[in-house]
Amino acid sequence: MYSFEYHRPESIAQATALRAEAEDAIYLAGGQTLIPTLKQRLAAPSDVIDLSRVPGLAGIELKSDCVVIGAMTRHAEVAASAEVARAIPALAFLAGEIGDAQVRNRGTLGGSVANSDPSADYPAAVIGLGATIVTDRRRIAADDFFHDLFETALEAGELLTAIEFPIAKRAAYCKFPNPASRYAVVGVFAADFGGKVRVGVTGAGPCAFRATAIEAALGKKLDAKSVDAVEIEYDRFNSDLHASAEYRANLVRVMAKRAVEKLLTA
Amino acid sequence: MKVSLTVNGRRHDVDVAPNTLLVDVLRGRLGLTGTHVGCDTSQCGACTVHLDGRSVKSCTVLAAQVDGAAVTTIEGIGSPDALHPMQAAFRDCHALQCGFCTPGMIMSAIDLVQNVENLDERKVREGLEGNLCRCTGYHNIVKAVLNAAESM
Amino acid sequence: MSDTGIGKSVKRREDLRFITGRGRYTDDVNRPNQVYAVFLRSPYPRARIVSIDASGADEVAGVIGVFTGKDLSADKIGDLPCGWMVKSKDGSDMKIAPHPPLAVEVVNYVGEPYGIVVAESLAAARDGAEVVATEFEELTPTVSVANATAGAQLHTNVPDNVCYLWELGDADATNAAFAAAAHVTKLTFSNNRLIPNAMEPRAAVASFDAATEEFTLVTTSQNPHLERLILSAFVQLAPEHKLRVIAPDVGGGFGSKIFVYAEETAVAWAARRVGRPVKWTADRSESFLADAHGRDHLTTAELALDGDGLFQGLRVRTRANLGAYLSTFASSVPTYLYGTLLAGQYRTPAIHVEVEGVYTNTAPVDAYRGAGRPEATYVVERLVETAARELKVDPAALRRRNFIAPDQFPYQTPVALEYDTGNYEASLAAALEKSDYANFAARKAASEQRGKRRGIGFSCYIEACGLAPSQLAIQLGAGVGLYESGEVRVNPTGNVTVFTGSHSHGQGHETTFAQVVSDKLGIPFENVEVVHGDTGRVEFGLGTYGSRSIAVGGSALVKATDKIIAKGKRIAAHMMDTNADSVDFSDGEFAARDSNQKLTFGEVAFAAYVPSNYPSSEEPGLSEKAFYDPKNFTFPAGTHIAEVEIDPETGVVDVVNFVAVDDFGRVINPMIVEGQVHGGIAQGIGQALLEHGIYDDGGQLITGSYMDYCMPRADDLPSFDVDMTVTPCTHNPLGVKGCGEAGAIGAPAAIMNAVTDALGVVDLPMPATPERVWRAARG
Repeated sequence: MYSFEYHRPESIAQATALRAEAEDAIYLAGGQTLIPTLKQRLAAPSDVIDLSRVPGLAGIELKSDCVVIGAMTRHAEVAASAEVARAIPALAFLAGEIGDAQVRNRGTLGGSVANSDPSADYPAAVIGLGATIVTDRRRIAADDFFHDLFETALEAGELLTAIEFPIAKRAAYCKFPNPASRYAVVGVFAADFGGKVRVGVTGAGPCAFRATAIEAALGKKLDAKSVDAVEIEYDRFNSDLHASAEYRANLVRVMAKRAVEKLLTA
Repeated sequence: MKVSLTVNGRRHDVDVAPNTLLVDVLRGRLGLTGTHVGCDTSQCGACTVHLDGRSVKSCTVLAAQVDGAAVTTIEGIGSPDALHPMQAAFRDCHALQCGFCTPGMIMSAIDLVQNVENLDERKVREGLEGNLCRCTGYHNIVKAVLNAAESM
Repeated sequence: MSDTGIGKSVKRREDLRFITGRGRYTDDVNRPNQVYAVFLRSPYPRARIVSIDASGADEVAGVIGVFTGKDLSADKIGDLPCGWMVKSKDGSDMKIAPHPPLAVEVVNYVGEPYGIVVAESLAAARDGAEVVATEFEELTPTVSVANATAGAQLHTNVPDNVCYLWELGDADATNAAFAAAAHVTKLTFSNNRLIPNAMEPRAAVASFDAATEEFTLVTTSQNPHLERLILSAFVQLAPEHKLRVIAPDVGGGFGSKIFVYAEETAVAWAARRVGRPVKWTADRSESFLADAHGRDHLTTAELALDGDGLFQGLRVRTRANLGAYLSTFASSVPTYLYGTLLAGQYRTPAIHVEVEGVYTNTAPVDAYRGAGRPEATYVVERLVETAARELKVDPAALRRRNFIAPDQFPYQTPVALEYDTGNYEASLAAALEKSDYANFAARKAASEQRGKRRGIGFSCYIEACGLAPSQLAIQLGAGVGLYESGEVRVNPTGNVTVFTGSHSHGQGHETTFAQVVSDKLGIPFENVEVVHGDTGRVEFGLGTYGSRSIAVGGSALVKATDKIIAKGKRIAAHMMDTNADSVDFSDGEFAARDSNQKLTFGEVAFAAYVPSNYPSSEEPGLSEKAFYDPKNFTFPAGTHIAEVEIDPETGVVDVVNFVAVDDFGRVINPMIVEGQVHGGIAQGIGQALLEHGIYDDGGQLITGSYMDYCMPRADDLPSFDVDMTVTPCTHNPLGVKGCGEAGAIGAPAAIMNAVTDALGVVDLPMPATPERVWRAARG
């Protein structure tokens, strides 16, 4: 790890001010991606701004039509949350599928979503539920948030503070984990909002995206078989030693079908 | 920078560079070499300790982040003449061979038993996915965790 | 006998320190005033080192020095040797590529060390390493084993990159068997490259005492005496009596810590050079790049059968990847540990094997758990299973028809080995029973109902363990004998310190060896302490690998114990006023047959050290050493049966049942033996389904971390159903055979036979990854 200055701000204003003042600062949430990156000397920030003591960034709030989860809420808390389990059980399930137990005890919602790792789990739910990303300066719709590999709508210094997940009538997440890293090779989050179906896919492309063709098919008939007829375009899909683009396309179909089956029996 | 932390019930004040990892404080500063480092990509779990009661990989936590927190390491859960039930179960079930992954495995297993209800073989296997063991094939580890769950 | 004797599942005494965090591994060792080393490693698979400019590093605060291969050679540090001379079929010696510990002119694999940076702190050493400016001239690499002989030549003295073309068996007889065959089964397959991944990365802490000119090297070794011997006799670091090698608690080896590597050599040298203790611990990333890898064969194999399904001939052509240099035992693994095992459990009368060992621009390949024997079993058992399918014969029945029968031992195979004993039918029968083979069809039908495909696969493996009769090994090219030493030192108060040249890095010798000695001496288990892993305390040893410890190291201790008992009898006879022939020893008591006098072991031990009433012909003291040189290899064997269920939509293979019935001869501690089997099976399943060390065409290792190299995790594996049959080894005093590698040897073929059965395909490359299986399932 290269050396850096460490800061532990106690307010959002302080955090963003530190970020603005420093030469090349980076926010530290749970650190489960950032710290390994720093250890490998793949990043050399001048300043690390630890958000763990900023009040108000962590917590789960159940509202009438959505669940609001603070950016610094750990995966384990979401996975174990009675509120989330009641409102959007698929989201609690997804949180329990991230990484491993130790990672879930440290990793945070905000850190995961802001990083936009192509194989992270949460982005599938953000897209699938049509969540709203709340920052220190604005609200961003899920569909506008993920731009590319590790690229999001967040501007320099913009701080993700919470995510509002609309409560679906029913939803389900199915993941095909990378056998080595346990990240998602493909993860599909399907949500039924009573007639309107959203399908978020992670792992397959450079960033999470809506599977609109599958959504259209499921909109006609919410049935696993509906997915069979859908052509899965995989020109822009990731291809690596664990899964070719073609195989990923198959996994999108299979995980989508299984998510629908699970959703229907939920 | 100054970091003050409680390790195995004892308070320590250490002066560290901001880029110091928790595991390096434990091993290098406090001489608690029971916590091991088996990889550099936060995958193997050999460095698992409890941070405020929950399992974390101490190679993926900065010392600065644990200022004011309580850390428990393998040295803090039991001693040869007063073993923690999980330690005893590992020995009774031959759940270790070379012993290198063992401290991290035990710390993860304790968290698992304390936080997951109705443990069965499948849940134990899934719950230990963050800890690699190359010796045992996990067979006896699973047995040990299920046994310890009975007595904890 | 007590509940701690031979055959009892005694809880391991080493566990208490491990479960409480009190183990002492190399990285836990710190020396006053120590400094830290980081290695400069090649980013290229093949390149000429044009220049190394370390001036930037010298500017970094805390950097003490940057040293290169030239500094080592200026100090007359020799090459890392290969300890086994294999001859080609034309009688010529294998072609040995020079292997300087730090590359001097050319680097030959990504990760090859060419320099060492020593600094006051690890961070400073890293900073220093980062600013060393090395100019390389890239050369065309030869990466894949398939193209090895056609690719660019790595070493000037090795044309076509062929180290040797070795053969074993009777080519003419084998060809004749094929000419007369009623059926021939032929397969071409690879045996995937594996990366050992002991959980403790390699490490070394070296110090040099200028006053005594003695080195002390604490390092992660499976055989500290061999390390000392090589560093002294070949590398010329220091004379043997001025070099102490300590292998303290070692966190797994699986073969990868047998070898003498560049890093500990350079670290020890640097300790003298900078005059301070030097410490180095590998990052896992370095382990991936620079630990010796395993397997990596391409093979075409054919089995000839007559009209009755009897095996008549086996013809095997293998190209074995040796990597860029010959590691310590690399040459022997795909030859004497492979070709000799191709008879398997069968009476195949004619066998011929040819192995081409080739160099490539990849990390050196050497022994990894099983070492040659898993590859041999894979060849034989995939062929036999395939033949059974082709002939539509039950695979168990075809095996039975060809087994060497219990009354045919000792059995001379056509590939050099003489099996002393075995009962293959017994382990097969037990495994069939345990796996409920009779009802497999019903389970398969039930799976199909659920849209899944189920398969079952056998593997009746054999291994040669208890390495090895020294004269035979040396005759075949070994550079050292393969006996083992042991010492039993009875202390004046009657407790015993045992010194063994075997080394435990997870096997539990501190427990099992104490069981053997306490059982033989009839003294409490607690009164026996086992010392290993320190050339300063143990006289000599060859270490632990090849499932040799109990068969060879244990036998040495029995021999030493017998000497103790014999001397004890002479002392006791004098004390009881009789002669030694009239003294019986059992349960810790010396009894005079002609009177009812008895002496306890403790009384005799005390007399040996306080010799008042003592025979004048005896030296005082009660301490005996023994070297045991085995008369033959031992031949553990057994049957593994795997049952898998495949999800054709995703290609995921679920191992739903794994049965292993092994014959290890007599077993000292069943609990420990079962644990060894479990671990071996996990590595075997890992090879079959998960693990693969992959270099891309450009020679970069693309599975260089746990993000991409797929290690078996708890949820990848089932619980295993393990049992044993017992046919004692006929030629060692304990009747033991060894158990460390069986799982890794038997499992891959069992799994792949099951996977191909489920899919209805002839072959599938290992590892059977989800994508490969998905493609195969689609047809």
